[in-house]
Amino acid sequence: MNKTTQLTGIVAPLDALNVDTDQIIPKQFLKRIERTGYGRYLFFDWRFKDDGKTPDPDFEMNAARYRDASILLAKENFGCGSSREHAPWALDDYGFRAVLAPSFADIFFNNCINNSIVPVVLPEATIERLFAEVRATEGYRLDIDLPAQTLTTPSGEKIEFTLDSFLRERLINGWDQIGLTLRHEDKITAYEQARGV
Amino acid sequence: MAENIYEKIWKAHLVHEEPGNDAIIYIDRHFIHEVTSPQAFEGLRLAGRKVRRPELTFATMDHNIPTTDRSRPIADALSRQQCETLEANCKEAGVTCFGMHHPLNGIVHVIGPELGLTQPGQTIVCGDSHTSTHGAFGALAHGIGTSEVEHVLATQTLSQRRSKTMEIRVDGTLPTGVTSKDIVLAIIGKIGTAGGTGYVIEFTGEAIRALSMEGRMTVCNMTIEAGARAGLISPDKTTLEYLHGRPYLPKDKSDEELDREWAAWASDPDCSYDTSVILDAASIEPQVTWGTSPGMVTSIKGRTPVLAEIADANERRSAQSALEYMGLGEGVPITEVRVNKVFIGSCTNSRIEDLREAAKVARGHKVNVTIDQALVVPGSHKVKEQAEAEGLDAVFREAGFEWREPGCSMCLAMNDDVLSPGDRCASTSNRNFEGRQGKGGRTHLVSPAMASAAAVTGRFTDIRSWHFK
Ligand code: SF4
Repeated sequence: MNKTTQLTGIVAPLDALNVDTDQIIPKQFLKRIERTGYGRYLFFDWRFKDDGKTPDPDFEMNAARYRDASILLAKENFGCGSSREHAPWALDDYGFRAVLAPSFADIFFNNCINNSIVPVVLPEATIERLFAEVRATEGYRLDIDLPAQTLTTPSGEKIEFTLDSFLRERLINGWDQIGLTLRHEDKITAYEQARGV
Repeated sequence: MAENIYEKIWKAHLVHEEPGNDAIIYIDRHFIHEVTSPQAFEGLRLAGRKVRRPELTFATMDHNIPTTDRSRPIADALSRQQCETLEANCKEAGVTCFGMHHPLNGIVHVIGPELGLTQPGQTIVCGDSHTSTHGAFGALAHGIGTSEVEHVLATQTLSQRRSKTMEIRVDGTLPTGVTSKDIVLAIIGKIGTAGGTGYVIEFTGEAIRALSMEGRMTVCNMTIEAGARAGLISPDKTTLEYLHGRPYLPKDKSDEELDREWAAWASDPDCSYDTSVILDAASIEPQVTWGTSPGMVTSIKGRTPVLAEIADANERRSAQSALEYMGLGEGVPITEVRVNKVFIGSCTNSRIEDLREAAKVARGHKVNVTIDQALVVPGSHKVKEQAEAEGLDAVFREAGFEWREPGCSMCLAMNDDVLSPGDRCASTSNRNFEGRQGKGGRTHLVSPAMASAAAVTGRFTDIRSWHFK
């Protein structure tokens, strides 16, 4: 896993409730057996017109000003539905390093952590305000400081957030969960022996 | 102290816990399928790790496989490669794989219970969100991502934070014509698609107790649609009776011993939950979704929403875009909505009782001329055989339905069973997301009986006034 402490980047808005992983990456792109190369399929049915090639100008994220975005601003219950890890793979491959939303679906949240994408939960009112600010200012950037658990807006305002300390440590140190668990391998063995499994 | 079932299972599976960190819990049963496992095996190989307990993992092929003639290789090269990869990975690791032609093959959440691989008190995971289905047996079962699949393969454990618990109690008796699918859709309509986020739900109450195991699986299956980590039902007599004689039960224990062990997992009578929700079964009507999220649901007597009546601006916009996508106006009675496709299948509703219900409605009727396709896709080879032994396939065929080979099929449309843009489908599956059954396709979630009735009349029809032949 990559180590993540500070992130800075352009913010792109995705104004929809309950964005499900079928929207993040539609099923026709789940047939590959690799972990990489999913970025071009991100939000495929929204990003492109029916021909699957022409960018749809009605999809806000397609605007030139968001082209280099690396922080996604989203709404409630982001990432609901299927457990497909292809969703964070696609976000990552497209260039997103963090997602900001009032709430996330559980499995998606875990999948983000396992792929070094920072999921930031903020109150709904803060998210709404960020939507307004992002739309009002071209090139709107945020700085995310993971150890300090703050976002800094272009005006210098600091917004606090909280991320579980264990998950934060994992992101900061780039610890892979399997490696962490295997430090307790003796306990797994002891459990198996005690339970006869 | 009185404990609920989640607390009991959690405690019994705790391998290691440190304050402030996620706990390590042991996983008794791991299911894998072709779509979410290849990268996990690849990850193991890259890290030079082995599958720790291959005999605790079982694989099936379900998402990608054709439901038509299977005597020839899968035509789609990528789908074929995924299936071949699964087969090769299982062979290398020593994992049992129920391949496409295996007599025990079927949708992962259908075959686990059917084979007795799913048992009360177990922890069960699969790289698939509908793993919650197995909770019907009083197992703690949930979906995980591919990195976690790799974690389970390598360690037979999962790193997890303890969840909060929610009781959803359904009191009273279900009216005739109202099914477990309607219960769970009504629950999602009530608590919302994020209503269960962070919780493990236990379903309790008279109406839940009265459900068969298959009905309970339908309820637990869709727990994930309410955002919950898992859904559970405490094991009882119905559970134990269902399990006896299943092929993969422990061989070294008598039925009595197993019964005693399994029954002990049930929640204690005066246990508590972090929160509770109560519904009255008598007030539940047959449900139909109108939008693009399972929470956008109403009864067969209901109408699509009127936007001006929705107070919250985000909700209103979301309803508006759903109506646009669905090609529906505001305030339209559900019974006036016509469909041109019908899908009976998926891990929600493809078991023998579902097919019996649907066949009972279709018997002696004909699929409406306005219906372009009506598919019946059994959940497993065993379900298919059973249905054929009962002559259900003939009932469906005579009515004009297509009778297919088992698999996920049009539930997620990764194979050739796909809606075309603008198609409107009455579906017994679990997700009505945009494009779920095919780009531009419009999905309405219903029970098997309601789907079958829609196939006959060409529109949503109240099953409670059905003319059974
Ligand atoms: S039937 Fe549908 S929901 Fe169930 S496992 Fe298959 S694709 Fe997933």
